[in-house]
Amino acid sequence: MKNNVIARVVAKLTIPGILLFALYVQFHGDYGPGGGFQAGVIFGAGFILYGMVFGLENLRKVVPPQVTTTAIAVGVLLYGGVGIVSELLGANYLDYSALAPDPHDGQHIGIIVVELGVGITVAAVMMTIFTAFAGRQR
Amino acid sequence: MVAHRGETGTVILGIDIALLVLLAVVGIAIIRLRNLFAVTMLSGIYSLLLACVFVLLDAVDVAFTEAAVGAGISTVLMLSVLALTKSRERIPVTTPLLPLVTVLVTGGLLIYGTWDLPAFGDPNAPVHQHVAPAYLAEAEHQTGVPNVVTAVLASYRGYDTLGEVTVIFTAGIGVLLLLSGGYRRRRKEDEPDSRGRP
Repeated sequence: MKNNVIARVVAKLTIPGILLFALYVQFHGDYGPGGGFQAGVIFGAGFILYGMVFGLENLRKVVPPQVTTTAIAVGVLLYGGVGIVSELLGANYLDYSALAPDPHDGQHIGIIVVELGVGITVAAVMMTIFTAFAGRQR
Repeated sequence: MVAHRGETGTVILGIDIALLVLLAVVGIAIIRLRNLFAVTMLSGIYSLLLACVFVLLDAVDVAFTEAAVGAGISTVLMLSVLALTKSRERIPVTTPLLPLVTVLVTGGLLIYGTWDLPAFGDPNAPVHQHVAPAYLAEAEHQTGVPNVVTAVLASYRGYDTLGEVTVIFTAGIGVLLLLSGGYRRRRKEDEPDSRGRP
């Protein structure tokens, strides 16, 4: 699709919107529908679109494989880490109320960080699966 | 589906029926077609229709997931797999009589099973009597999060969601182990080749 002008222009116009929408879904999940899973998928889809239109090599330049592979683990560790932190603060595992003086603030912080972990892992896995498949040739 | 009252009720009933008919049409088309590219596109459309059904059922979060995962990413991943295989399904040599019987019997059993289920939207159904009322009543002032779905997923059921993330993590690692080895091996063979094919 590298030589398809329409695809390139449309992709260039839509990718920023897709990524912005993913961030909105990610950080607005407490108030509207959505959350880490959906945001991760949308965020990954933005990069996958870039990879489809501009080629896998360019995608690898933007997001090196080492970054995605590391991010897969970082998301899970971030999620689990919140649990450890809340345990260190004297509460149960994954009880976010202890993260801030006000339990509500703690819940908000905990949920945002946890959802961020979900989003990072999901986006990284989506990109990894895509590049793994697209990197193979017939 | 949902029993609505008045004029909007009839409109929504019409949309329900139209969506279900379209779902059935797309489903049958997927079975009949042998062109895998068309099948992939149709399964994306199927997911999008299903997302609309979920919206009508007031399950916006599920609809969102279905639209993003089912219609979006799955279609893209299936397309990238299609680039590796043939795009036409082989015509089976034998008549699929045994699978047909199996599907009919299983489907019949499933429909028979639904007779014991409470009616759709029944407020006295066990699922609405168990923990759901407590969540709906307590979630906002316990967690301060207006979206109950997020509160349940991330706060009350944090362990479950951690498990789900671990499943995705494992899936990603598995795919990486299975598929990325080949890339690295080929890359050594033809280093200067630019690999721009999706």
